[in-house]
Amino acid sequence: MLDDRAVRIIEILKDSFIPLLQAGLVFTVPLALVSFVLGLGLALLTALARISGIKVLEAIARFYVWIVRGTPLMVQLFIIFYGLPKAGIIIDAWPAAVIGFTLNVGAYASETIRAAIQSIPRGQWEAAYSVGMSYPQVLRRIVLPQAARVSVPPLANSFISLVKDTSLAASITLTEMFQIGQRITAATYEPLWVYIEVAFIYLMICTVLSRLQNYLEIRLGKYVIK
Amino acid sequence: MITIKNLYKSFGESEILKGIDLEVKKGETTVIIGPSGSGKTTLLRCINLLEIPTRGTIHVGQKTLTFGEGSDPTQRDIIELRKNTGMVFQGFHLFPHMTTLDNVMEGQVTVLKRSKEEAREKGLGLLEKVGLKEKSSAYPYQLSGGQQQRVAIARAMAMEPAVLLFDEPTSALDPELAAEVLKVMKDLAHEGMTMVVVTHKMSFAQDVAHQAIFVDGGILLEKGSPTQVFKNPRHERTKLFLSMLDD
Ligand SMILES: Nc1ncnc2c1ncn2[C@@H]1O[C@H](COP(=O)(O)OP(=O)(O)OP(=O)(O)O)[C@@H](O)[C@H]1O
Ligand SMILES: [Mg+2]
Repeated sequence: MLDDRAVRIIEILKDSFIPLLQAGLVFTVPLALVSFVLGLGLALLTALARISGIKVLEAIARFYVWIVRGTPLMVQLFIIFYGLPKAGIIIDAWPAAVIGFTLNVGAYASETIRAAIQSIPRGQWEAAYSVGMSYPQVLRRIVLPQAARVSVPPLANSFISLVKDTSLAASITLTEMFQIGQRITAATYEPLWVYIEVAFIYLMICTVLSRLQNYLEIRLGKYVIK
Repeated sequence: MITIKNLYKSFGESEILKGIDLEVKKGETTVIIGPSGSGKTTLLRCINLLEIPTRGTIHVGQKTLTFGEGSDPTQRDIIELRKNTGMVFQGFHLFPHMTTLDNVMEGQVTVLKRSKEEAREKGLGLLEKVGLKEKSSAYPYQLSGGQQQRVAIARAMAMEPAVLLFDEPTSALDPELAAEVLKVMKDLAHEGMTMVVVTHKMSFAQDVAHQAIFVDGGILLEKGSPTQVFKNPRHERTKLFLSMLDD
């Protein structure tokens, strides 16, 4: 026998599932994806600066990583969205979130990429130089493809963290999945069940991503002994 | 083909090469022997500029570069000279993420800008020459050490260098596998490839080398025909070293 409350909760969960999933697919996933792709680009540049042997570049890269890693992501988002307007720089919630997450990914992933590049044996560089390749050619053709394989597990970790961290964007007024959840909770007074539902959708998205990671690892790993 | 004049190389405080003069004629094979730490690898790596000499002149093929006087050669000069050389390492260093054929095609396509078809044809020809045509789609980890080294030789040959440099190409291999690599090297020597080989395989040196040099403490102590250097060395130091080789 289902009592009235249970019927009501099931009703709420049913009604809110589609809007939540939609918010997840329309806001959360694209926000994470765009930030991650931009962040990876920034991370690669930062990693290359760190190992460039050029003092100024190394210092800039180290300073950037130091700042981003040493401060909370939420505080960074608040500075960009609520703080910068006081300095005359007004940024909408969506680009502000993208900037914040991109900077974050750029800093963390740069360390992953740097370590991956440095894990490729010197002999690979030397063999590539010996056939007459230039530094960019060695990087692009020989070192980065091998570093990519090593980087997949840690970068997948970063991406999955990022998907969850996008919920912080709710705090700068962005209507992503978590904020939709908050609204539904406010209207229904069922925080327990609605937030479990929100958690469940995050879990589904992250599960798909883990599968993707496995697939990538297998694809990129086909040249190593199993 | 190669002329080295007054070559010095220091790592920090320690001077490893102390004024090497060496000439290698077109179509000839030079064998370098010497004790561990004497600077053989460093000398070889200076010839293709994986190490930048502290001082001295290096001429390979059509290109001459002088170091340690006024303005040093640019990166571009260095790559240009290096393109005249091919290098075969003790540890093979094949590109593990590429098939055997792709390893041999890579430099041709990326550096020489040959078309894929041309590079493939040339690559398959070279793999056939080193006896590995049927392994063209294998990855390096699927090959034995001897096979990997033969692919590495094909990879170097694909660039049509004026000279091939070998740094103890067989010392990481069992005798059987070493033999198949040495066979390929002998064939190359007989076809008139110019080669500089660091090795302690005396039978190889006797068979194919036109010139042998003995390096000790960064100095070129002995230079001559293999018979001269191995049978009638002028220095006690060379005699002592040769007596300690078991091959
Ligand atoms: N990059 C480097 N930095 C500092 N010292 C180096 C470097 N490379 C080589 N050396 C030193 O130079 C000396 C000569 O080394 P090299 O490798 O040329 O000797 P080798 O004759 O090839 O010896 P082996 O027979 O053991 O291969 C050694 O003492 C070595 O420690
Ligand atoms: Mg050596």
